[in-house]
Amino acid sequence: MSSQPIEIKVCLGTSGSAAGGEEVLRMFQHRISEQGIEAQIGRRCTPKKVGCRGFCSRDVLVDIIRDGNKTTYQSVTPIMVERIVQDHIVGGTAIAEWTVTDEYASFHEKQHKIVLGPCGEIDPESIDEYIAMQGYLAARKAMTRMTPDDVIDEVVRSGLRGRGGSGFLTGEKWKVCRREEQHPKYIICNVGEVNRPLAEGNPHAIIEGLLIGGYAICASKGYLYIRERYHRSVERLRIAIEQAREKGFIGPNVFGTGFDFEIEFSFGTEAFICGEETALMESIEGKRAMPRVRPPFPAVQGLWGKPTVINNAETFSNIPIIIGRGGEWFSSIGTKESKGTKVFTLSGKVRNNGLVEIPMGMSFRDIVYGIGGGIEGDKALKAIQVGGPSGGIIPTSMLDLGLDYENLAKVGSIVGSGGMVVFDEDDCIVSVTKFYMEFLQRESCGKCTPCRVGTRRMLELLTKITEGTGGDEDLRTLERLSGVMAATSLCGLGRSAPNPFLTSFSHFKDEYLAHIRDRKCPAGVCTALIIFSVNEEQCKGCGLCKRVCPAKAIAGEVKKIHLIDPDRCIKCGACFRACKFKAIKKQ
Amino acid sequence: MEKVLTKILDQHRKEKGSLIALLQRIQETFGHISEENVAWFSRMLDIPESRFFGVITFYPKFRTSPVGKNTITVCCGAACHIKGADKLLDTAREALGLSDDEDTTADLSFTLQKATCIGACNIAPVVILNKQVHAGMDPVKVTKLIKGYEREEFLGYL
Repeated sequence: MSSQPIEIKVCLGTSGSAAGGEEVLRMFQHRISEQGIEAQIGRRCTPKKVGCRGFCSRDVLVDIIRDGNKTTYQSVTPIMVERIVQDHIVGGTAIAEWTVTDEYASFHEKQHKIVLGPCGEIDPESIDEYIAMQGYLAARKAMTRMTPDDVIDEVVRSGLRGRGGSGFLTGEKWKVCRREEQHPKYIICNVGEVNRPLAEGNPHAIIEGLLIGGYAICASKGYLYIRERYHRSVERLRIAIEQAREKGFIGPNVFGTGFDFEIEFSFGTEAFICGEETALMESIEGKRAMPRVRPPFPAVQGLWGKPTVINNAETFSNIPIIIGRGGEWFSSIGTKESKGTKVFTLSGKVRNNGLVEIPMGMSFRDIVYGIGGGIEGDKALKAIQVGGPSGGIIPTSMLDLGLDYENLAKVGSIVGSGGMVVFDEDDCIVSVTKFYMEFLQRESCGKCTPCRVGTRRMLELLTKITEGTGGDEDLRTLERLSGVMAATSLCGLGRSAPNPFLTSFSHFKDEYLAHIRDRKCPAGVCTALIIFSVNEEQCKGCGLCKRVCPAKAIAGEVKKIHLIDPDRCIKCGACFRACKFKAIKKQ
Repeated sequence: MEKVLTKILDQHRKEKGSLIALLQRIQETFGHISEENVAWFSRMLDIPESRFFGVITFYPKFRTSPVGKNTITVCCGAACHIKGADKLLDTAREALGLSDDEDTTADLSFTLQKATCIGACNIAPVVILNKQVHAGMDPVKVTKLIKGYEREEFLGYL
């Protein structure tokens, strides 16, 4: 019998935990120690937690690695653990009906995992595992064998662009800051909501990237800007910092080079505007997070008035790879102007929801149908929204567009932080646009007039349209406001706020007109414009709709046709969803 | 009371922290930031109250009224929105007996919040009860979740 240890990897990202990962892990630990499994089979069994590996719709995912063979189980619950332990770990036979299907392979096959690679493989709370996969080697190489300028040149050569907002070349940004004579300098890592899986799955890569960046621009202090509410991310980063400090990778005289570097947390609060660099700095300084007028740019005069570089956690996660494998290798991935990969949270009405990393330039079709496995319930794809609330809405006619910075800019969208929401035929584009505007209006900081007043006016007009009281002139006003906001707002939030409207209006004009001229919502979402009624031919008189109706708007006797009182109906759609005979019409 | 405040003040002076850090600490300690506390710190630090309230009202996470023992947060990000977050919010409101302008139950057992996006889009819609994220929620599950919580201890979905 082989004495190779058996590894059990339980996914404990945000979604893995939500699906009950902690209990599954505990059950494995419990079973193995209680039944003396290790003694029984004569080798070590180590259950451990790993970060998110992306395929969240089938969580809890568990890998069993036995004799070098990896078997992945999906949707594991604590009850299933006993049998997995007995049949697979002890007996050596995998339980075929519980393992992942072909979908799991096709989900991963088309991806190109660089930064997400180690997530789901290594224990995020163990620096030794990170070091075992050559972790901190890049930092050592940069500091002992390269000058700060060499490091910057390598990053410039890689063509890496900021993974957060505008896609500015990271190396160029560093170069400007490097040239500044003023000291101290600061380097800030913004850990946004889409970066959570990175922080939870491989926190050391972020720390190492920040360390290399700090060395390159000669900063003495790095900040991790993160929302306090992301408990798990904060916890894993905190552990990572402590471990790195113990090993001497952070602190005074790093790698014996005389370079001192400290990392500190700065706890942000829930505010979208903090994604804007200067607003983020104001927030670290303890003030209202309102953007500053630029120039001076942060690289010249940033946090506490000192030269500062801000990048997000995904950008930093790429740095050790670039230094380790070389900028040239990195630039071989992607398109002419957009290099490397990008992480997206693929969500909405797509079958395989999850976290994906794709090479720049991949088409939307490959993402939605290849990786995503198509639309839930085989419905028709309607549109894709990319780049967060201020990104653009992309219609199906552009499915073959390659996803990179240039192409997205051309169609009025942004790469942004990497949100990707898929809409199907049941989603109303006007209502979706209104939803985004509601968000942007709430998050507008109020400093400049175009954004403060513009988002409010646009929201009012969009609300009017969804309520069926809009007119053609409202569309003209919306277009005019969009132009003014895009041209005159102080920061990116206001300038990009019209994106959802502008893109949706240019591709889904008919839908806007249907709301205005016909007073109809084609997707049947806008409640003011729909009426529920009973299709008398299909009604079997089962009475289910009557029971679920919260407004008592449905009347009828058993086995007789039921009727909805339109005056009482609150249009909640409960009957529509409940009816097994599709006898409720939504118009 | 004075003792607790002094402790916070000393720590703040020692760390030379920002106003936000101070406010976060006050909120962590008391659950909310009362006008009296602002007045006290304003006096001690010689910072005008208006600066405090400027920051407090800018960030939605700071609250000036008491918070419930348990916090239930409904994520209202885009992915959760198209999967029915609004209905979850209404359901939670109903289950807790809250009117539209209230966010905390009268007995201070629950506070209901909206989150913009917590980055768990792939398991939408999500509801966070205290620190635990609950995935793929629907109105029935939300009601069960709230009912399952008997004031302090979660007893499982009932």
